[in-house]
Amino acid sequence: MKFAESWLREWIDPPITTEELAHRLTMAGHEVDGVELEGRGLDGIVVAEVIEVRRHPDADRLSVCRVSPGNGDVLEVVCGAPNVHAGMKTPLAVPGITLPNGLKLRRSKIRGIVSNGMLCSAAELGLGDEADGIMELPEAATAGMPLTECLRLPDAVIDIDLTPNRGDCFSILGLARDVAAVTDRQLHGPAMAAIEPSIGDVQPVELIEPASCPRFAGRVVRGIDPAARSPVWMTERLRRSGIRSIHPVVDITNYVMLELGQPLHAYDLGKIRGAIRPRLARKGESVVLLDGRKVDLNDDTVVITDDSGPVGIAGMMGGLSTAVSDETTDVFFEAAWWPPAVMAGRARSYGMHTDASMRFERGVDPAGQARAVERATELLIAVSGGAAGPLDDQWHDDYMPERRSVTLTRRRLQKVLGTDIPATTVTAILAALGFEEEERSNDWSVIPPSYRFDIAMEDDLVEEVARIYGYERIPETTAIAQLPLTPISEKQVDLERVANALVTRDYQEVVTYSFVDAELDEAVTGARSEIVLANPISSEMAVMRGSLWTGMLAIAAANVARQQDRVRLFEIGKSYHGTLEEPIEIVRVAGVALGAALPEQWSLKSQIVDFFDVKADIQALVGMTGASAEFAYVAARNAALQPGQAAHILRDGELVGVIGKLHPGIAKRFDLKREVVVFELDAQKTFRARVPVAEPVSRFPSIRRDIAIVVDNEVSATDLVRAIESTAPDLIRKVTIFDVYRGPGIEAGRKSVALGLILQETSRTLTDDDADTATAAAVQKLHQEFAATLRD
Amino acid sequence: MQSLAELIDKAVAEIAAASDLSALDAVRVSYLGKKGSLTARMKELGQLPAEQRPAAGQEINRAKTVVSEQIENRRRELDEAALAARLAADAVDVTLPGRGLAIGGRHPVSRAMARIERIFCDAGFGVRSGPEIEDDFHNFTALNIPENHPARAMHDTFYFPGGMLLRTHTSPVQIRSMVQEGVPIRVIAPGRVYRCDSDQTHTPMFHQVEGLVVDRGISFANLKAVLHQFVESFFERDAELRFRPSYFPFTEPSAEVDVLWSEGKWLEILGCGMVHPNVLRNAGVDPDEFTGYAFGMGVERLAMLRYGVTDLRTFFENDLRFLRQFS
Repeated sequence: MKFAESWLREWIDPPITTEELAHRLTMAGHEVDGVELEGRGLDGIVVAEVIEVRRHPDADRLSVCRVSPGNGDVLEVVCGAPNVHAGMKTPLAVPGITLPNGLKLRRSKIRGIVSNGMLCSAAELGLGDEADGIMELPEAATAGMPLTECLRLPDAVIDIDLTPNRGDCFSILGLARDVAAVTDRQLHGPAMAAIEPSIGDVQPVELIEPASCPRFAGRVVRGIDPAARSPVWMTERLRRSGIRSIHPVVDITNYVMLELGQPLHAYDLGKIRGAIRPRLARKGESVVLLDGRKVDLNDDTVVITDDSGPVGIAGMMGGLSTAVSDETTDVFFEAAWWPPAVMAGRARSYGMHTDASMRFERGVDPAGQARAVERATELLIAVSGGAAGPLDDQWHDDYMPERRSVTLTRRRLQKVLGTDIPATTVTAILAALGFEEEERSNDWSVIPPSYRFDIAMEDDLVEEVARIYGYERIPETTAIAQLPLTPISEKQVDLERVANALVTRDYQEVVTYSFVDAELDEAVTGARSEIVLANPISSEMAVMRGSLWTGMLAIAAANVARQQDRVRLFEIGKSYHGTLEEPIEIVRVAGVALGAALPEQWSLKSQIVDFFDVKADIQALVGMTGASAEFAYVAARNAALQPGQAAHILRDGELVGVIGKLHPGIAKRFDLKREVVVFELDAQKTFRARVPVAEPVSRFPSIRRDIAIVVDNEVSATDLVRAIESTAPDLIRKVTIFDVYRGPGIEAGRKSVALGLILQETSRTLTDDDADTATAAAVQKLHQEFAATLRD
Repeated sequence: MQSLAELIDKAVAEIAAASDLSALDAVRVSYLGKKGSLTARMKELGQLPAEQRPAAGQEINRAKTVVSEQIENRRRELDEAALAARLAADAVDVTLPGRGLAIGGRHPVSRAMARIERIFCDAGFGVRSGPEIEDDFHNFTALNIPENHPARAMHDTFYFPGGMLLRTHTSPVQIRSMVQEGVPIRVIAPGRVYRCDSDQTHTPMFHQVEGLVVDRGISFANLKAVLHQFVESFFERDAELRFRPSYFPFTEPSAEVDVLWSEGKWLEILGCGMVHPNVLRNAGVDPDEFTGYAFGMGVERLAMLRYGVTDLRTFFENDLRFLRQFS
C-alpha cells in the first residue's frame, strides 16, 4: 500500500523524521518497501494558466503558448508537449530556476521564437514517471500559486508491504493506529461529524440473505453539481497512493477507502430499478462490470441486485448499468460488510484483484460502514454540493462476527518469548492497540477491537505484545537441550562422499531444473512422463524429468556452445516416475562426459572419452560400497544410448543404473555433435554399503599364471572370469584381463583374450604343480563352456 | 729399486689420474694384483735377513693399506660422479604441469547447503527430507493455511491436475517429521522448492533449508540466539541481525530476519517464528506442553551473499566458467 506521509501525519504526527517513521513502521511489522521524496527543489515554480496555444511556425511538434503566471503578466513560452491546450493549469518554470533534475533554465530561442519559461512534466519535477506530456493540474488550482503550495509539497510517498493478516492496516486510519501504539501517542484524525439529512429520500435495501450480507449502510445524495471537480489536495493524495482521479464521486469513494479502509460504491441513483438486494448469484446470471467486461457469475458469488438483476459483484466491482457518469446528479452510496469467508478466493476465481476485494478478503471493520458513508457524504457535499438523505444502516446481529474475549497469561507470554515483560507494559500495549480489558487480574482477558480479524487465541496476543514491545528487546538465549547420541548408519554411502569422489575424478557438479521439455524427456527416457504440470512456466519446463540426462545434456550443449571442449558434469537430484496418483521420486547420481578423457597435456596423447573411461568412474564409486562383487554390467538396450555401447548396472540382479554412449540421434536433438558418455545411478540402491568383515591376509606367496585364449567375439569378459574363478574359488584370488585382441592372426569373429590368474593358498605355500593343475583346469573349463582354444 | 715411499707416491698419482672404474682397476692390479709391484715386494721379503723381515713386512703392508684406501676413495668418488652424471641426465622441468585428471568442483548452491548442514549438525540437528511432489494438506492445510487463505495466493504454486502440487517451501517436512518421530525434535530439512515465478530475482526452482526445534521450554529468545549464531558462523564474521515482525500462517510470533550488510543496508535473509499452536496440534503435539521454533532460509540468497554472486539466475545456467570458481 502506497500513501502520502502528510496524510498519515494528519492522523498521527509523532516528532520523528520520515526515515524514523519508516523504520518504526517496519519494526511494527509493516515492512516499508520504499520511500520516495517528492517535491524537493521546486521553489519558484508556480501554477500557470495556458491562455492560448498556436502551432510553432517552423516546427510541427512545437507549440507557442501564451500563459498567465497569475501576476497580471502574459508570457510567451514554447512547448513540445502534445497535451498542451488553452485553459489548462500547469507548472511553469521561469529562467533562473534550477529544476530538480539539475537543469538550469535560461531564456532561449527555440527555432527562432523566444521562450520565456518552460511548462513542466511530472517527471521533470520529480513527481512521478509521467513524461509524455506536461502536468495537468486540477482546474481548481489558482494561477500564481507556488506549485508546492498547490500540491502540498514537499511530501514523501511511503510504500508498505502489508501482511495478509493485517487487513485492518489497509488504510491511513489503520496504519495510524499502529503508529500511535508504537510511538505511545493519541490519534488525532480530521473531525468527522454525522451529516444531518436535509431530504427524506431513502433507497430501499433489503438484506434478504444476511449470511452473505449482514450489514449494509447506504445514503442518497441528490442534486450534486455534475461539473464539479475534485480538489487538488484530494487528487494529489490519491495520486500519491497510485490512484488516478476520475470523477469527484469516484474519487471520494477511493479517498474514503484509503483513509478509513472501508470500500464504498457509488451508484447513479436514477439508474437503480427498485430495491437493492444483495444475494448469492444464480447459475446462468451475468453482469457487465464497470470496466465493460461481461462476467458469467458462479453461484458462490454474492452480487448486488435490483429489479433488473445483478448490478455489481459484492466487494469486487460495481456494474456498468448503474455507474455514475458526468451527467449524474443523484447518487446512492453503498458501504457494506462482506464477511471474509464469503469473499475468500472469489475475486481470484474471476481473475480479478481489486482494491476492494483485497480489503474484504482480509477483513474490513464490521463497525465502520456508517462512518464511511458519513465521511463520503461530507466530502461530496463539500466538493459537489447536493442534499443528503438519512443514513440507512441495516445489520443482522446474528450474522455479525462475534467478538470473543481472549485471555493472555503471564506464564504463556514468558514461556513463548523467553523473557519477562513487566505487567504494566503489557497492559499499556494492549490498551494502546484498542483491546478492551474485560477483567483485571494477574492475567489479561481482553476483547479485540472490531477491526482485528487475526486475534483468536492466546498466542495471537503474545505476538501483539512482542511486536509492540519490540523484538529487538527480547534477549538471545541459547537453548539448553538434551543431546542424546543418534544412531549413525554405515550401511549407506553418504552422498556427500559420492559427490566429492566425482569431484576428485574431475566432474563438475551442476544443478538443473526438475521440470523439462516433455518431448526431450520422452526421447531420453523412452517413456512419456505422466507427471505433467498444470501451470508450467513454459513448454520447456512442462513435465517432471524422468531422467537427469534431459536437463544435463542441454547444459552440456550450452557449455559446448560457450567454447568448452571438455565437459564432465554430474548432478545429484531426483527423477520423477509413476503416476499423478502415485508419484515416485528417486534420488539419482548422474553424469555426462564429452571431449578429451584427460585435460590437454604435454605428456599424454589426447583421447576422446569413451565407455571405459566412464565405467572406471562408476567402478570407483561403486567401490565405496565395499561390495563391488555384487555389481554386474550387462549389455542392454536403452532409448538414449547407442546399441552395443550401453549397459545396465545390476546389483545382485536388480537394475540400479545405466551407463553408455549417447545415441547420435539423441545427441543431435540437443545439438551435440560430439561423442557423449553418460551414466545414471539410483543413489539409494547403488550406494547401499557393506560393513567390512575382515579376513586374515595370507602369509604365503602367490603365483601368477598367464594364459591367452581365443573365443568368439560374443563371449563376455565377465563370463570368462566367472568361469575361471568357479574352477577353484579358494585358490584363484584374482583374474585380470591384460589384453584383448582382434585382427590379423585371429580368425574373423573371434578374439584373443589374455588373462592373468593370481593363485594363492591361505595355509601353505603353493607349488608350481598346484598352479599348473589349477590353470589347466581353468583352460579345460573355458574350452568346454566357450569353445576356447589356447592361442599359440 | 724405487723406495716404498716413491712407489706409494707414484700409485697415488696414478689413482688420482684414473678417470673411470676400469682405469682404476688397472691401477689396482698393477700394484696389488698377483703380479703387482707391491705384491712383488712382499714376495721379495724372503730375501731379507730374518731380523729385518717383520719391520719391512709391516712397511709393505702399510703401503698396501694406503694404496687400497686411496683406490677405495677414488672408487667412491668415481661412483658418486657417475651417479651424479646419471641423475643430471635424468633432470626434468619441474615447472611442467602434472599428468592426469584435474579436479572438478561442487555447485555453489550445494557448497552453501553442505556448509549450512554442517553448522546445524554440529549442534545436534538431524537432517530430514520429504517429497517434492506434495499434497495440499502437508504444503498448506497442516501449516495453518486453509483453502482460500490469502497467503496461498502469495505462494505462486505449481499444480498438477488432480490437486497434487510441487512443494512451495520445505515446511511440509516439519509436519512429516513431527508426525513420524514425535517430539522433542531438532531437525533441518534441506531441499528443492518451487514457485511459479520467473524474473531477474526469482527462479521457478530454488533451495531452502528448513529448521525445526520443538521441546519443552523452547522460546523466541532461543530462536534469536540460534539464528544469530548461525549467521555469524556461516559468514565467519560478527553480524548484526534485525528481527522484524512479519506474518507466516504457520508461526506466531513470526519474524523476518535482516542482516546488516555493507553501506548500512539491511538485507533480508530468512523467515522464522515460534511454531503456531495449530501446526503443533495438526502434527499431534500438545502446544501447552511443547513449544518450538521454525525457520526457513533461501540457500541461493545465502550463497549469493557468501560468494559474491550478483545474479540469481547464474546458478541455473551452469556455465562451467562460472562454476569452476567454486572448486
